[in-house]
Amino acid sequence: MSEKQYKKSGSVMVVGGGIAGMQSALDLANSGYYVYLVEQSSAIGGIMSELDKTFPTNDCAM
Amino acid sequence: MISPKLVEVGRHLNIELLTMTELMSLEGEEGNFTARVLQHPRYVDISKCTSCGECAKVCPIDLSDEYNKGLSTRKAAHKRYAQAIPGAYAISKRGTAPCKATCPAHVSIQGYVALINEGKYREALELFKEAHPFPAICGRVCHHPCEGICTRGDVEEPIAIQYLHRFIADRDLADEARYVPEVPEEREEKVAVVGSGPAGLSAAYFLRLQGYRVTVFEKLPVVGGMMAVGIPEYRLPRDVLAAEIDVIRDMGVEIRTRVAFGRDITHEGLQEEGYKALFLATGLHLSRRLNVEGEDAGHVLKGVDFLRDVALGREVSLGRKVIVVGGGNVAIDVALTARRKGAGEVTLVCLEKREEMPAWDYEIQDALDEGVKIVNSLGPRKFLVENGDVSGVEFKRCTAVFDEKGAFNPSYDEEDLTTIEADTVIVAIGQAADLAFAENERIAVSRWGGLEADRLTLETPIKGVFAGGDALYGPKSVVEAVECGKDAAESIHRYLQGQDLREGREKEWTYEKPSIDQEPYRPRTKMRVVPPAERGNDFREIALGFEEEEARREASRCLKCGLCSECYQCVKACLAGAVVHDQEAVEREIRVGSVILCPGNGAFDPGPYEDFYHYESHPNILTSPEFERILSASGPTMGHLARPSDEKEPKKIAWLQCVGSRDTHHCDNSYCSAVCCMYAVKEAVIAKEHSNEPLDTAIFFMDMRTFGKDYEKYYDRARDEHGVRFVRSRIHSIDPIPGSDDLLISYSDEAGLIHEERFDMVVLSVGLEVKADTIELAQRLGVDLNEHNFAATHPLAPIATSREGVFACGIFQGPKDIPSSVVEASAAASAASRLLAEVRDTETKSLEIPEERDVTDEEPRIGVFVCNCGINIAGVVDVPAVTEYAASLPGVVFADNNLFTCSQDTQESIKETIKEKGLNRIVVASCSPRTHEPLFQETLQACGLNKYLFEMANIRDQDSWVHGDEPDTATEKAKDLVRMAVARAGLLKPLGEKKIPINRRALVIGGGVAGMTAALGLAGQGFETVIVEKEDRLGGLCRDLTSTIEGADLRRYVEELSEQVTEHEKIQVLTNSLVVGFGGFKGNFTTEVLVGPAMYERKIDHGVVILATGAVEYEPTEFSYGTDDRIMTQIALSKRIEKQGADDLRQVVMIQCVGSRNDENPNCSRICCQSAIKNAIHIKESNPEADVFILYRDIRMYGLLEEYYRKARALGVLFFRYSKDDPPRVEPSEEGVKVIFKDHVLQRDVLINADLLALSTGMRAQDTEELATIVKVTRNPEGYFLEAHVKLRPVDMAAEGVFVCGTAHGPKLVTESIAQAMAAASRATTFLSQPEITLSAVTAVVDQERCAACLVCVRSCPFGVPKINEDGVSEIDEALCHGCGICAAECPAKAIELNWYEDEQLMSKVDSLLEGVM
Repeated sequence: MSEKQYKKSGSVMVVGGGIAGMQSALDLANSGYYVYLVEQSSAIGGIMSELDKTFPTNDCAM
Repeated sequence: MISPKLVEVGRHLNIELLTMTELMSLEGEEGNFTARVLQHPRYVDISKCTSCGECAKVCPIDLSDEYNKGLSTRKAAHKRYAQAIPGAYAISKRGTAPCKATCPAHVSIQGYVALINEGKYREALELFKEAHPFPAICGRVCHHPCEGICTRGDVEEPIAIQYLHRFIADRDLADEARYVPEVPEEREEKVAVVGSGPAGLSAAYFLRLQGYRVTVFEKLPVVGGMMAVGIPEYRLPRDVLAAEIDVIRDMGVEIRTRVAFGRDITHEGLQEEGYKALFLATGLHLSRRLNVEGEDAGHVLKGVDFLRDVALGREVSLGRKVIVVGGGNVAIDVALTARRKGAGEVTLVCLEKREEMPAWDYEIQDALDEGVKIVNSLGPRKFLVENGDVSGVEFKRCTAVFDEKGAFNPSYDEEDLTTIEADTVIVAIGQAADLAFAENERIAVSRWGGLEADRLTLETPIKGVFAGGDALYGPKSVVEAVECGKDAAESIHRYLQGQDLREGREKEWTYEKPSIDQEPYRPRTKMRVVPPAERGNDFREIALGFEEEEARREASRCLKCGLCSECYQCVKACLAGAVVHDQEAVEREIRVGSVILCPGNGAFDPGPYEDFYHYESHPNILTSPEFERILSASGPTMGHLARPSDEKEPKKIAWLQCVGSRDTHHCDNSYCSAVCCMYAVKEAVIAKEHSNEPLDTAIFFMDMRTFGKDYEKYYDRARDEHGVRFVRSRIHSIDPIPGSDDLLISYSDEAGLIHEERFDMVVLSVGLEVKADTIELAQRLGVDLNEHNFAATHPLAPIATSREGVFACGIFQGPKDIPSSVVEASAAASAASRLLAEVRDTETKSLEIPEERDVTDEEPRIGVFVCNCGINIAGVVDVPAVTEYAASLPGVVFADNNLFTCSQDTQESIKETIKEKGLNRIVVASCSPRTHEPLFQETLQACGLNKYLFEMANIRDQDSWVHGDEPDTATEKAKDLVRMAVARAGLLKPLGEKKIPINRRALVIGGGVAGMTAALGLAGQGFETVIVEKEDRLGGLCRDLTSTIEGADLRRYVEELSEQVTEHEKIQVLTNSLVVGFGGFKGNFTTEVLVGPAMYERKIDHGVVILATGAVEYEPTEFSYGTDDRIMTQIALSKRIEKQGADDLRQVVMIQCVGSRNDENPNCSRICCQSAIKNAIHIKESNPEADVFILYRDIRMYGLLEEYYRKARALGVLFFRYSKDDPPRVEPSEEGVKVIFKDHVLQRDVLINADLLALSTGMRAQDTEELATIVKVTRNPEGYFLEAHVKLRPVDMAAEGVFVCGTAHGPKLVTESIAQAMAAASRATTFLSQPEITLSAVTAVVDQERCAACLVCVRSCPFGVPKINEDGVSEIDEALCHGCGICAAECPAKAIELNWYEDEQLMSKVDSLLEGVM
């Protein structure tokens, strides 16, 4: 397809790989978009991956 | 909980992970941006790394572990956490260490120092020798610029870098098996090197390391050049020199002495002998002349010649009084050698002032120590001669050595003369090259009389002839010659291989020094030397070297400036060859249509406020993120509750709230961080669970802000069931108690009384704040921030930033908890999706699932993977024993255990194993199939196995977690569970899944703000949407509201929203309508609606449904409501203010928590504090004379709402707290509404005669009982719809294809409802954007032969799926069946079986469990 026809890009960049970035990325990737998930550190997961349990269910964060 | 999501992201075909990456700039406009990203090097190739962790095992560098908040260490080669995605390791570097960058030969100094620190001396030596062939020689003679730059020198004294490499080299010299570097397969090409000094030998060494055949030709009878005939033996023992040269010989380099270039060999001759390249490094072996009268008299010697004669053992005759002329290192060597050769008095005379002398300071010191007299600023005028021999020197005063341009151009005072007597004078003022060969050999000579060559490539004008060393660049040190030799080897290699000589050669060595603020003083280890008095006339070595203990002590002083030391142990350890130390940052331009910013933020750092918090100085004061790690099983204490100072279990812990939040005294964060109250309560509850002894927990707080859905109940349970103490207070001070590790907290209570209490440990509940690099990011992208540096957004467009096409979510948008972050994340996705709907599916990739392997005729070949789950399982269950047991079970052909079976790298290894071992049934013994089954099933599919050939044994949730005290029996139980799983696995059959098309229409139930926003979110992407509203118009509860607290006009907003919805071509609105029937399944629902006013019935087919039924304002029964017009709700009050103003009001009282936080409705209604404060502000602003009293229990102005609480107080609104068991009394009277309450500060009753009493009534869920039954969804006890998962699926209902948003989910602000509605639209889009849906194969099947049509299945199915068909037997639609299995269990005729849970399969588990018992 020509560039002109698709002036818009069907990709989205998500900056930050914490739980919010992961959710945005998954929703978009599951809705027909290609996602670049940009993360500053060496792994995604953000603050949530550093938590032990979470309220109010006391589920293990990991 | 997050782990499966991590893996899903990591495995998603259409998510490209760019880790260690920053967004640098964003050009263009919405729909068409160009993002420039900078990907920092990881130093590990992600595609090759298998996550085996061998690199970390050999890494000598311990760094503070950020993941554990600095409470433990990790290696420079590391993985952020066990389940990290990507699973690949990474290496932390901070440029190159300054020492390595500064060393002319760029030896990995920090690397060998680190290896010495670990006792790996041989490895240290090998590392050194990768860059430099002479560790022992340079360990004695190097001028060590590395030490000059050493960061430790900024603290006290540099690391003894030179002595340390001498230490490892000396150990090797003393070793029987000397280290000889391995030479690769020998190449054909021969190379000739002329000159065996450090440059020539280094060139030979590095060429040999490339496999070349090298011959070194030396004119002198000894090998080593100036190392042998220039540097005196007391500094460099000849056996040490010989030993290191021997290594080069042992590598296969031939060295021929007494061969002079131009005399014995020629370039042409060498070419004829087959030498393909020639390197000239002939050094500077002539002395410069002074050109002064009398210089040729007897006993006037030349410095270089003198040293050479001594070195070669030739006779030298010195008198008693010796003058050495010269101020350089050679002059010093000459002076000290002269002393050793019997000179009674040695005077060194030089032009330069002491500080200008070119000799190294430490050499000058050595000379002085040995009694050499140094006379400065004199230049020889003439030599005094008697009988042909020198008798002294007449000097003139040198007034300046350098001219104005800084060039060597001495000026003298010819009148100021000094005569020094001497019987020998040695002139050591400089060296010159002996280039006698140059003319005949046509070798180019430079202007100063040295060799001519390109300074980068070392190539001379003659092809294939290279030149280097002192003869090229003048007198320099050994290490510089080594580097030059190395460069020559590289050039010659490139020349011989036909490569470009220049490409990539000009490397810039940059470094960054670490902070030394906190660095304790650790003195340098001095090397023992022969005392000057004992240094006789012999040439014994002066410096004695380090003992092992000294070397270890010295090495441990290293500050690890480069983080990774570049010791390259990881390179050797990595069998996958994944480590890439010279990886560089990569810039990329990426075209995208939209950008979502969720860079998160950081926790408040109490460090700068040490006077108050004592956080830096006291080990038992932790921040909440640190305490979180202490509680975690993967944390520094493995989840054992221990305080850092003595690792003892604390008995009393205090939490201090609002650290870095609601605080403009210690910091500038006036906002509330919104999460700290809840996490503190949680940490206190979990800490109590983790504690072996009874643990006392106290939370010191101002307002307890547990405002979220079901949070108040959690708070109640913490207090009432777990016994967490809540102390309403202001902290006065936190003081370390001398003589103990404990802390004394003094605080004032509500009445202002000061109390003191002692604690073992204090947790600072630190707030959230935006990090500096996030602020910079926003500035780079042109995204506006608010006054607190969160993204500036509008209350009615909560995720839109100031730049179109760029959306913000999560904590970057404002402080919030996980569910709200997840909601906003989906909302942002919805906004981006709406923007780009026309180009959906244009850039995505699709996966080809490999064709399924037919296993029907194969015998079961079962593979069992047992999970350690870190220590979750392995801490209790003997995992190796379970694995071994599994391997012994019938049908099992493979069993292994993994640290985390769910990690991405393990999936890869499972795939490999399936293929390698030909497995056809897989059992994973780990955690719950509920969370992890899909993940493993995908792994099966990816290698051609039907996903139903899979079984799990839950040895964590059902075993290790519940039998923590009984490891032995837990291990036995794990074996039982595995045996059962294996038994069933053997009977599993492949099942086919059905694909059905999706109806791409959405149904939204409820036409309030949430419903309308969700509908627009979907219709805006082209999906047809039907709104069913029970009232006669759109707008819901919001129609009664006037404005948001920020001032956004809600009336107008609802009008505009309704108009947009009504006019949208894709949206159909049914008002006065009721849902009366609902059927179908995800992707294909049918809803029956009675549409009024005529109440005709309509059937709507749709693929998804969004519940947005809203809530209503609570109508109070308390506080005399309804009996008096002056008592009203907050909504009524705001209408009243809007209509009548507040000028007539003198005294207004507001009572909070009316109908909330009580026994009937235990939850907080979230919105009422802000409703009250909003109205209070309006009253005070329009009538400052009016008194407004707010009677509250806790003020819950969470997040940025806190600003309005501050504003209200500034305006003079008065706040009084009341307690639940002593509520205000209200008595309407003629003078006013009398409100009587107890003031906690004054401790007495107060009476107010109010003109108006406003009740903050909060919300009640709409009556959805019937709807919930029809749609078959669950609600919580308060009537709000229950989401699938509080944290991670906040808008999904448990039934797939059904979503919830707005106040139907729980009380919330309009802004929050909008975000949640957008989120629901996003979640729905993930369904509607797919053309088809894959149904689970786990459905019930009726054996019609056996069916007696007894109707048991019809009655028992909770979803109403079984029907009696035309043949009079039961039939179950597989598309509708939820696979719950109830019918199969109930069917008396055993006519129904549930796929994948067939009777035989289940019975096999039971039989296997009871094996040997029955």
